Amino acid sequence: MSEPTGVIHDIGYQRYTGPRLGRRQVFGALWLHGLRTIFGLGRSAKAKIFPWLVIGIVTLVAAGLTAVRSQTGQVVMTYAQFADAMSWLVIFFAAVAAPELVSRDLRSGVLPLYFSRPLPRGDYALAKLLALATGLWLLLGGPQLVMFLGAAFATGEGLTGVRDELFDLLPGLLYAGLWAVVFASVGLLVASLTGKRAFAAGGVVAVFLMTTPIVGVLSILPSRTVNELALLASPSTLVQGVGLFTLGDQMAPAGAADEMIGDFGPVYALGAVLLVAACVALLLLRYRKVAAR
Amino acid sequence: MTLIATQSLTKTYGGRITALSDLTVAVEPGIIGLVGANGAGKSTLIKILLGLLAPSGGRVRVLGLDPTTDPAAVRARVGYMPEHDALPPDLSAAELVTHLGRMSGLPRTAARERASEALRHVGLHEERHRAVGGYSTGMKQRVKLAQALVHDPDLLLLDEPTNGLDPAGRDDMLALVHRIGTEFGISVLVCSHLLGEVERICDTLVAIDGGRLLRAGPIAAMTSATDVLAVEVSEGTESLADRLAALDLPVTRDGRTLLVPLADEATYDLILGAVAELDLPLHRLDQRRHRVAELFAPREPTHV
Repeated sequence: MSEPTGVIHDIGYQRYTGPRLGRRQVFGALWLHGLRTIFGLGRSAKAKIFPWLVIGIVTLVAAGLTAVRSQTGQVVMTYAQFADAMSWLVIFFAAVAAPELVSRDLRSGVLPLYFSRPLPRGDYALAKLLALATGLWLLLGGPQLVMFLGAAFATGEGLTGVRDELFDLLPGLLYAGLWAVVFASVGLLVASLTGKRAFAAGGVVAVFLMTTPIVGVLSILPSRTVNELALLASPSTLVQGVGLFTLGDQMAPAGAADEMIGDFGPVYALGAVLLVAACVALLLLRYRKVAAR
Repeated sequence: MTLIATQSLTKTYGGRITALSDLTVAVEPGIIGLVGANGAGKSTLIKILLGLLAPSGGRVRVLGLDPTTDPAAVRARVGYMPEHDALPPDLSAAELVTHLGRMSGLPRTAARERASEALRHVGLHEERHRAVGGYSTGMKQRVKLAQALVHDPDLLLLDEPTNGLDPAGRDDMLALVHRIGTEFGISVLVCSHLLGEVERICDTLVAIDGGRLLRAGPIAAMTSATDVLAVEVSEGTESLADRLAALDLPVTRDGRTLLVPLADEATYDLILGAVAELDLPLHRLDQRRHRVAELFAPREPTHV
């Protein structure tokens, strides 16, 4: 039988002889996949609504602040204060993103397909954590960059003005990074406990919501030491405490930092480190157990 | 090279529940059937082979590598198809298999190409771009098989690949597994609780029960040259056995059943003739399809 030209032949099964990437590239691929998931990229239009709504709001606020500043010349909010003001939006964002990253995989049972591949089980959790932290940092850092660009173009002092502004921006970006790391580690740990996305989201919000009143109670007790340590009780106020300690006047009017945290600044820094370390350790333990099932 | 070798492999959970007990077995490349009832320790063995569980005792080697000390090297060369649902419903098969290919270390373009190749080999074409949530059970099983193939492994571990499939779907899946083992040149370990299924496609059979090895070896050595006919009469079993023996048929007794090797079609006639002559009420005359079953459990003959 003669075959016409141009027919696609079934050439059968082909062995793969090309390169196989190492652990770092696989980790990078998983991180990027997680980051895209957070912002709904490569997913349905429905999955894009919430992330981009939040991005729209924070960008709009940043643009508004920039406009006010260029008209009146007054700095309404510093970069760090902007991060503080947006904290509730960041919490909600994390409450939606963290379950998308981990609860979905727990529920669908896809994890055995990951853990039967070369990547170590800890890498799965860490790549997801890094993706969430990166996403939250971009959420805060992006608008900060908008504020910086607006201020840099409007500055009347030429390059010196741009440089001064840059030195204001960099601590702000670092502070945003602290927010991102703390919220990501707490949020991802809570979300990794359940495969139900609604429960996970509620759990993440609850952790932040339930601890805030404790701070309120502690800060009105008739002991100055307790008052000054009150901000340790909730992850979000803990971050603010670290901010008051390290950034001082960028965060609050002169003297206010002293009023709120006293000499306990290093305690807050240590508290933040311990909180993140504990969350990461528990997260790794959690996936140790999941992988063996 | 030995494909899988275990030596006195033992796994206990919490020191009380024994999943595997002193399992020593070595198999050569090919299609290997791993059979045993539910809870016999099949899934535990697979998890140890993948390096996901640490054995409580004994040694294990897969493709010449030790999964307890170098699990990444083993997993790079092994593809695993789990028993249970493992597919996120909102992703398309193409997206999922591509992503999992990348997780196995394939570069982006190679992952995409090999994903569509793997899906084509398991028989999914245009539908691979639809969300997995809308797939039939048979299609989902194929996607699970494709993701195990995407990184071109040297060994596939398939945990109950025919689970939940209708008879036609089972035949298709078994034919596909057989094709992978023969045409693709990839060794396959197929787990099943249905002996009759795996004995059709595998060259080596490993049977475990309660975590212990029942029997292992090439399937050709286990099945006798001929099929077996099972004869049951309501009464007069003794006289029928004598009559059949007188006809030079090597008859064996198994409880109330007589087993006669099926030489050719004439054997049927001889048996029926003997039953008619003795005027016995014939209760059953059928061909044993689960041939190997008797080797494992001679006290409990299975009837189809």
